[in-house]
This record gives sequence, structure tokens and C-alpha cells, in this order.
Amino acid sequence: MPVELSWDWGYAVSCLPALLRGLGVTLQAMLAGYALALGLGLVWALLRRAAPAPVARATVGFIELVRSTPLLVQLYALYFLLPEVGVSPSALTVGILGLGLHYSAYLSEVYRAGLDAVPREQWEAARALSLGAPRTYRSVVLPQAVPPMIPVMGNYLVSLLKDTPLLSAITVVEMLHRAKIQGSESFRYVEPVTLVGVAFLVISLAAGGVIRRAEARWSSVEGHPR
Amino acid sequence: MKAVLPYLSQILEGLLTTVEITAASILLAVVMALAAGLLRSAGPVPFRQIAAVYVEVFRGSSLLVQMFWIYFVLPAFGLQLSAFAAGVLTLGLNVGAYGAEVVRGAILAVPRGQIEAAVALGFPPATRLRRILFPQALPRMIPPLGNLAIELLKGTALVSLITIHDLTFRAQMVRSVTLETGVVFGLVLFLYLLLALTITGLVQVVERRVRKSYGVPRHAG
Repeated sequence: MPVELSWDWGYAVSCLPALLRGLGVTLQAMLAGYALALGLGLVWALLRRAAPAPVARATVGFIELVRSTPLLVQLYALYFLLPEVGVSPSALTVGILGLGLHYSAYLSEVYRAGLDAVPREQWEAARALSLGAPRTYRSVVLPQAVPPMIPVMGNYLVSLLKDTPLLSAITVVEMLHRAKIQGSESFRYVEPVTLVGVAFLVISLAAGGVIRRAEARWSSVEGHPR
Repeated sequence: MKAVLPYLSQILEGLLTTVEITAASILLAVVMALAAGLLRSAGPVPFRQIAAVYVEVFRGSSLLVQMFWIYFVLPAFGLQLSAFAAGVLTLGLNVGAYGAEVVRGAILAVPRGQIEAAVALGFPPATRLRRILFPQALPRMIPPLGNLAIELLKGTALVSLITIHDLTFRAQMVRSVTLETGVVFGLVLFLYLLLALTITGLVQVVERRVRKSYGVPRHAG
């Protein structure tokens, strides 16, 4: 069979406006989903640390379930279950909820590791100085716990970005969905799908560079907060 | 609840398909991880770069985009794969790229003195890798590779989007027939959790064996 390398630049360029609109939705889902994940993840981590034993155990079980099952199934479950209990959010909102929930389970582990890494003596010293809980967290614990978390959190942001195409399965018209629409209109999938792949590659390689620099910067000031 | 019972066999068929895809993809992923990880950390120079490009491309873009590319775009270049082959190939190559970094990290974590000693004793490079580096790196690789196996299991749900009748696909089908969303997805999530726990159990068995056969105590390395 003759291998025909068929790449049509004109068609590729004509796909760009639609794909860029899709990219906008992709980035929106990423940012909102990640913000939700950061917040919920902190809630899970605190529940696990400070809530009464049954609640803490339930939280651990929930995190385990979310981490061990496919995001796609979770998205479907939310997409079809929410209307049954009387709320009908838009597909994009469901997608953001799903992404946020899924990644909150991962981020709660990051918070936990970060908090556990602060030496006991720091807590004891804060107590000896009778700083009180808010002040202890704000001035003693968090400045030491947060910097080492930053690169790991950055990696999860990139992972979340790479999971946004799953939202196309629940009818969100993000970048990959746009590519499929383009492809089905012209019967040429080569250019749009390849462009989407390249877009993800470029964004995550760039983000990887930023994360590596953050890693170098934050690990060098570890234990010496400003 | 009752409405779902007649469709149980379909869900179990989907479970079987998911297990098959997971097993085949894990096999391919392990091969790719070892090949690319070893080449990138200890291979000859051009191969190092090829392995690096493979790892960056597959880690850098999205699994679903890769799957669509292999299933919908490769035919345009004259390579038509079955949905099953496309799914396994994508999952194996994608997770293999992540695994390659685990393998590389484990190889690089072997103390330099070990390599220097092997050089001093006149071991040729291949023997150094096979007898000195790899046995010390292997126990370190197992736990992170186990986590990747769980990620791969979760990734298999995406094959439902390229027409394979896996567990997720069957769940969607049974849901649309019975409209028992809660029951169907509750059951399917539970089945995925069960599969994940099975993988975790198997990985622990492998880990114990590897540690035993290489004489590494439980918490060293």
C-alpha cells in the first residue's frame, strides 16, 4: 500500500479559528476545575487530619474511590445523576465539577504530604509561644509546607489539562470536540486532530519548563521562608 | 434495581473486555518502559534521543487525543488498525512513556560507586547493566510502576469512545435502556475499584518476590 503523506496547509489554517475557540473552553475548564480541586483537596486534607475518626475514615475511603476509578465514568455519573436529583447544570459546569472532584483527591494527598513534612518541633514551638491555631498555620506551618508542594501541584495542573478532552464525551465543545466537528464536516481528520495534539504538547512542554524552574527556586529556599 | 438484573451479563462481558485490554496494554507498557527507560539512561547516543522524543511526545499530549489520532488519523497514512489494537497500542505507548521515566529514575538512583566498581572489575557495559545496575534498580521501580498500572486501568475507559464495548461502554448502554443511572454507575464504579484493588494486590506480590530474590530488606532502597 503506498503511504501517502497528505497534509493540507490551507485546510489546517482554516481549522485554526474553530480550534482556538475550543482552546478557550479547554482553558476555562482547566482553570475552574483546578481552582475547585485546590479548594476541595484542602477540605479533604483537613477533614482527614482533624475530623472525628468516622468522618476521617469516610474521607479516606472517598478519596480512594475517586482515585481508583476512571474520570470518564465519574463524568458520566455526574452528567446523568445531577438532573435526576433536580439540578441541571450546563455540560461545561458538570465537566468542571468532575475535573475538580477527581483532582481534589490527588491534591488532598499533596496537602497531606506537605503538612506532614513540617517538623513536629515547629508545631511545638508555635504552641510554646502560644501563637494560636490561625497564626500557627499562617506564620509557621504554611510558609514551610507550601513551597515544596508547588512543583507537584504544577504537575497535577498539567495532568488536569490533558484530561480536559474527556469533557467532549459529555458534549462540551472543547478543543478536541471542535476538531471532530471539523473532521466530520470535511472528512479530513488528519489536520485538526494533529493540531490539537500539537497544541497540548506545546502547552504542557512550556508548563513543564515553568515547573522545573519553580522546583529549582522553591527547593533552594526550603526551610527559609521569606 | 430489578430493571438492571437482565443486563448483568452484558456488564460482566464489558468487565471481561476491560480486563483483556488492561492486561494487553500493561504488557506493552512494561516493554516500552523498559526499552525506552534503559535506552534513555544507558543507551548509545542516537537511541537516547529517540527514546527522549518518544517519552516527551506521549507524556506531553493527551491520552484521548493520541487515541483518536491513532484510530482516526493513521488510516489516512495507510495504516488501519482495529479498535482493539488502536486502544491497546495507545494505552501501552502512553503509559509506557511514563514508565520509562520511572525506569530511568531508578537506574540513575543506583549509587555511582556501583558502576565505578563494575568498571574497575572489567565488566563490559552490557554485563554492568544486566548484573549490577538493573537488579538494584528493579525493586525501586515496582511501586511507582504499580501506580501507573492503576492509571492505565482508568485510561481503558477511553476505549469506549472508539467503539469498544468495554465496561464503561456497557454501563452507558445499560443506563440508556434502564434509566437506572445510580445503580448502573454505582455498580460499575465498584467494579473498577475492585479491579484497581486486584492490581494493587498483584503488585505487592511482585514487589515481595523481587525484594526476596534480590535480597533487599523491606524498607531499604
